[in-house]
Amino acid sequence: MTLHDVYLLSPELSLASIGLVIILLDLVIERKGVLAALAVAGLAVPLAFSIALFGDLSGEPNEQMTGIFGTLVVDKFALFFKFLVIGVLALVIMSSVDYVSRMRHYQGEYYGLMVFSAGGMMLLAATTELISIYIALELTALPLAALAAFLRDSRSSEAGVKFLLLSAMSSAVLLYGLVLTFGFTGTTHLPEIFERLGSSMDPDASFGSPALFLGVILIVAGFGFKISSVPFQMWVPDVYEGSPTPITAYLSVASKAAGFAVILRVFYLAFGEISVDWGVLFAALSALSMTVGNLVAIAQSNIKRMLAYSTIAQAGYLMVGLAAIAARVPEGETPIGPSSILFYLGAYAVTNLAAFFAIIAISSRTGSDLISSFAGMGRRAPILALILAFSLISLTGIPPTAGFMGKLYLFSAAVKSDLVWLVVVGVVNSVLSAYYYVKVIRTMYMERPESEERVTTAYVPQVALYVSAIGILALGIFPGPLIDFAETAAAVLFL
Amino acid sequence: MLSIIVFLPLAGALVVLLLRQDSHIRAWAALVTIADLALAIVAFVMFKTGDYGKEGNMEMVERYADWIPALDIQYHVGVDGLSMPLVLLTALLGMCAVFASWKGAIFQEVGRVKEYFMWLLLLQTAVMGVFVSLDLILFFIFWELELLPMYFLISIWGSGRKQYSAMKFLVFTFLGSAFMFVGILALYFSVGTFSIVELPAAVEGAKLLIPAVSIFSLLFIAFAVKLPVWPVHTWLPDAHTDAPTAVSVMLAGVLLKMGGYGMIRIAVGIFPGTAQEYAWLLATIAVISILYGAVVTIRQTDLKRLIAFSSISHMGYVLLGISSVVGVSGAVSPVGLTGAAMQMFTHGTITGLLFLLVGMVYDKAHTRHIPDMSGLANRMPLTALVFVIAGLASLGLPGTSGFVSELLVFLGTFQVWAWMTALAVLAIVVTAGYILWTLQRVFFGPQVQRFADIKDASFVEAVPMAALVIAIMVVGIYPAIFTDVFQLGLEPIVESLQLSGAP
Repeated sequence: MTLHDVYLLSPELSLASIGLVIILLDLVIERKGVLAALAVAGLAVPLAFSIALFGDLSGEPNEQMTGIFGTLVVDKFALFFKFLVIGVLALVIMSSVDYVSRMRHYQGEYYGLMVFSAGGMMLLAATTELISIYIALELTALPLAALAAFLRDSRSSEAGVKFLLLSAMSSAVLLYGLVLTFGFTGTTHLPEIFERLGSSMDPDASFGSPALFLGVILIVAGFGFKISSVPFQMWVPDVYEGSPTPITAYLSVASKAAGFAVILRVFYLAFGEISVDWGVLFAALSALSMTVGNLVAIAQSNIKRMLAYSTIAQAGYLMVGLAAIAARVPEGETPIGPSSILFYLGAYAVTNLAAFFAIIAISSRTGSDLISSFAGMGRRAPILALILAFSLISLTGIPPTAGFMGKLYLFSAAVKSDLVWLVVVGVVNSVLSAYYYVKVIRTMYMERPESEERVTTAYVPQVALYVSAIGILALGIFPGPLIDFAETAAAVLFL
Repeated sequence: MLSIIVFLPLAGALVVLLLRQDSHIRAWAALVTIADLALAIVAFVMFKTGDYGKEGNMEMVERYADWIPALDIQYHVGVDGLSMPLVLLTALLGMCAVFASWKGAIFQEVGRVKEYFMWLLLLQTAVMGVFVSLDLILFFIFWELELLPMYFLISIWGSGRKQYSAMKFLVFTFLGSAFMFVGILALYFSVGTFSIVELPAAVEGAKLLIPAVSIFSLLFIAFAVKLPVWPVHTWLPDAHTDAPTAVSVMLAGVLLKMGGYGMIRIAVGIFPGTAQEYAWLLATIAVISILYGAVVTIRQTDLKRLIAFSSISHMGYVLLGISSVVGVSGAVSPVGLTGAAMQMFTHGTITGLLFLLVGMVYDKAHTRHIPDMSGLANRMPLTALVFVIAGLASLGLPGTSGFVSELLVFLGTFQVWAWMTALAVLAIVVTAGYILWTLQRVFFGPQVQRFADIKDASFVEAVPMAALVIAIMVVGIYPAIFTDVFQLGLEPIVESLQLSGAP
């Protein structure tokens, strides 16, 4: 490893150091609030390194810097996810301050594990080699399993164990898929897989060859677990319900974003030749995820479970972008499937975080996650209710919100790739989802509260809440800059 | 200028946030809507009938092309003869709506005056935005923006099964707009522009992603839900019955017009050929709507529901007028289309007024059940008089605006669909029946002891009534001030119809 490699890896390395420092300081510091402040302030370091790397890049749109024997890649795509993960992490830590202060032990570990997991996510978006992908994936998942069990009551423990077991199983499935791909091509580097596929595959067979067919299916199954796509979603509701709510927020946003990052890398860089085949696969999964997620969400009475199913549906919307593959775009036009996924991930991040932050603030006062306990919040907590309502509107996809612009962009990509049927499924699903999202808004504004007591929020979580709420509105009215960034970031995939 | 007219209510709504006293909020809302109306009148007067040529016959164009360059979405607004009167109508009814909520009984029960006026003002911005947008995505954003204020206004300050009605309204409209969304995207990726001005020319002869009929129907369904026509009308009676008075006024007065406007400007404007091809279907749906609406109206015992069903019948005339497009290519003049546009304006004023009156009667009599009422004219002569005027206008008495628009529609369609028009004219008889019968039952007949203490309209209540009566009479006596403007706006559409219909 040369010094340049260290520089390329500096965001991840500094993140890991922050995690270690926090865990160590936890032993000596009495006021645990300092730990959160330190974690957030410390994020300035990886952020600064990422900005520096970004500065080194700004030249050609698809310029890349590779290091550590070609396994590590720093390009705009990787940096997009670095910024996204850092932003999400900072907001989730801020929103946890009040929530965690009631835990007596292990507050340092709570923040530390979160930071480690973020390192894994960053790495996941920054590697083009199968073994590194696997390692990054495990680095992401294991801390999350521990965090899911952090409340140490029966539900939380169940969530942790479930997440751990199913995560392990999906990793095994994924590994099978990777092994088959390796066996077929003899390399673990994505660009080389692409080259060798071109020469060795049978152009008439679907997916190039039966072995590859099985390999891709298994890889999709493995990744499907990470992004909570149907039919690999069974863990989602229980884990989301049982985990500490900030962790649920983190899981739903950051780990999903990382999952999509790695899917884009693997499928565009390695399996570009057979994109017509896996495009159909993702289109089917997308339609399934949207429909199943939304239909089951309607019946939920617990808001965390409802949002769990809503996340499954959102994964379905995101997969519309995966189905909108470049091969189906008319000659001479730029495909916007991948960039629409990146933009939607950003829009979805602020939206879902705002929703979860408002829920954290309200639930930790009322002590209940039931939707019925949100009755009358319009009066008891006017600002929290307003922001929750606004984020639910954004999840539905009604303007002027980030969610609307995200869907507009995603569905545009699909229409451009001649997938009008999938867009019809998508918009009908938006209508379905309006039913349960609006039901929460109705409960908050039209039903009588159990008590008239005001719901107050601590200062720091409030800041996180406002930042994400402003993000929803800003992206809803001026999505231009983020779309531009997403487009330059996605350009790497079309080398 | 246009942007100011559109966003003034929104800015007003934000100021409402800062106000504390209910009376201040009310006065401020009134001030904002009056100012907006004044601006709209100025714009209407400034609107130069005959200045043609640049910017696709649009006037007062404001364009900010770099809004979302990646998706080619622009902030592009402007008015032509078709949209200008509708903007004026929105401003007029917006003001009436504020006055109609002045002392509303709704606040005694629920309170929350501040929220109410904020939603009402936001609603006005959204509807106006729909009428002036020249970019399809901007149009869609305003179209969707209107959903939430309506949902909240009905479900918080409504009556009866308000939750159910509000949700029904939301789901119907949202489903419709979901289809429109697909249609818009399909259009964009076929021809590469969202501009409503450029689309008609761009679509002509272009190779479309999906057949023109499919795009046309996707768009048409959204507008049909809004208009509404049979069989997607069922949300309307519920929403109207349970909405507060001012919201009914806005709903009947301008929200339904969004559907008619969209049909003419977007569905027919962009796909003249397809519209002509399927005009028989539009005419059939229209006649069913007209007759069904009229017949069902007779059976109603709830005064508000009665007016709501009559709206379905009356909005059917709009669609009937539009269906006359098939004849435009030949010897037939586009008078049916003008009639459709005109019917939108007149129905807005007449039905807006009727809902206003119904709300007032309910406030005082505390019932909307028609069999319970009798002889109200003795105690409230002014209200009765205005109700008679509105009723007669609604059934199309010459000298009122209702006559003008219905006449134009029938003139236009009779040359194309003789039998169907004849059937539709039957509905006029039915309309006369239910209007006169209702007037007789509610206002005339023996005076009932129960209503002995009822008071007539106060000054504040009389303001919107007077404004709307003036609008109805002026249009009835001198319709040219609007027909000329509408005709001007419809000219490009008519031209393209003549082109596409020519063999």
